[in-house]
Amino acid sequence: MAEYTLKTPLSEEDVRKLKVGDKVTLEGVVFGIRDANLIRMFDGKVPSPVDLTGAACIHTAPNVRKVGEGKYEPVCIGTTTSSRMDRFTPGLMGQYGVRAVIGKAGMMEASMEAMKRYGGCYLAIVGGAAAWETERILEIEGVWWEDLMPEAIWKFQTKNFGPLIVAMDSHGGNLYFDVKAEAASMLPEIFRRIGAE
Amino acid sequence: MSKIPVSDSFYQAVEELSKDLYVKALKDLPPDVRVVLKDTYEKEETETGRQVLATMLDNIDIADSRNRLICQDTGIPIYFVKVGNQLSVDFVRLEEAVVKGCQRATVEHPLRSSVVSPFKRQNNQNSSGYRIPSINYDVVQDNDKVEILMVPKGSGSENMSFLKMLIPAEGVRGVKRFILETIAQNVGANPCPPYVVGIGIGGTADMCMKLAKIAAVTRPIGARNPDPEMAAFEEEMYNAINDLGIGPMGLGGLKTALAVNVEHAYTHITQNPVAINIQCWPARRAKATISFDGKFEVGY
Repeated sequence: MAEYTLKTPLSEEDVRKLKVGDKVTLEGVVFGIRDANLIRMFDGKVPSPVDLTGAACIHTAPNVRKVGEGKYEPVCIGTTTSSRMDRFTPGLMGQYGVRAVIGKAGMMEASMEAMKRYGGCYLAIVGGAAAWETERILEIEGVWWEDLMPEAIWKFQTKNFGPLIVAMDSHGGNLYFDVKAEAASMLPEIFRRIGAE
Repeated sequence: MSKIPVSDSFYQAVEELSKDLYVKALKDLPPDVRVVLKDTYEKEETETGRQVLATMLDNIDIADSRNRLICQDTGIPIYFVKVGNQLSVDFVRLEEAVVKGCQRATVEHPLRSSVVSPFKRQNNQNSSGYRIPSINYDVVQDNDKVEILMVPKGSGSENMSFLKMLIPAEGVRGVKRFILETIAQNVGANPCPPYVVGIGIGGTADMCMKLAKIAAVTRPIGARNPDPEMAAFEEEMYNAINDLGIGPMGLGGLKTALAVNVEHAYTHITQNPVAINIQCWPARRAKATISFDGKFEVGY
């Protein structure tokens, strides 16, 4: 299992070399996206107000302090459950050129297919560890769609953002599916032991 | 017996504490949760599991030393309010004080307001709205205090709630199978494992889910159901769930459940309900006990 430090924006080559289990630390910009802004972008068909080519996007809605018109300071930035956003990954990668999704708990078939086809990856961060994550964010550089607050689109400048674990790669690997299959295979034996066959 | 009247300073204390407990719960993890996470880290054998757990412990340290929130999800604010039966309390004023404290925490800290109206998704930016915060009242016998337990309930875990109205013919076997199949197939990595699994057994459908919630979020880690039959069931489910190998953040490893807590009630002759509610690894809670004159103690 390899370890990489990658500078954003990411290239297809950056992402194609990653395999499930590798560790990645990002340097540079990470965009914050999630439910409400993705629903507007894809169901509402309102184009993204910001160029996401090569972007690393994290599933988040932060706690912030407003310090001026369109200016915010981080209070607490952490990561939400990714599975709700599964159906948006093909559009993010195919239409907008996003290369990495950072999240927790993984995504499913639609995202796996998009990662294979366009060259993308899923980088697992530790959910709930928002104090740790906030320490790695230098500043909030931009915000779009403030009417969706806190589910605006955010641009974070980061340093030493990781280590993140490559949990889904562009070769069809999905660590969560492996763990889930293993858990399912344990069930018959567990049922036998506790008298629930 | 005449009841003890409460003073204006009592209601002021309720408001201040409803504010302070929300922020405290978001920043200061209870000692029992810290201990079990450290123990889980020390016993973990997989490299990925150890890395994930080390980050969780690191996160707790950073939250302490930098006065930061542990998790960005400020949750749906839930207040469990226990009122001693010896007090004469105006419940309308009590509720106004809790709601105001909750709103002030959000605006004054500031915190992310994580609650919206269900259809229009309108956010009042103060963590409150129709019927929210969730306030749950209980009356306690032979008691002259008000206890407020505050729980910010994160969505990663709350979205993984399940109820099954099993039938009597499915028995305890059906209950066990439902719990394990649901954890293995539906819950899995989503609510930030290692988590607390709250299980409700019996009652009506709504009561069963409420029991699961109480089991998941109010009990310190390590406290067992006082009924030996239910305590044995907790132990059996704890071992079985941890044999699934879902592990820290669902990336594989030894510990999936920090605890399995069961709350139960009698049910109908035709019913056999079971409910699951999960609390994520930052099992956040903060508590205060308030006297009639507004004096108080704060804990977990």
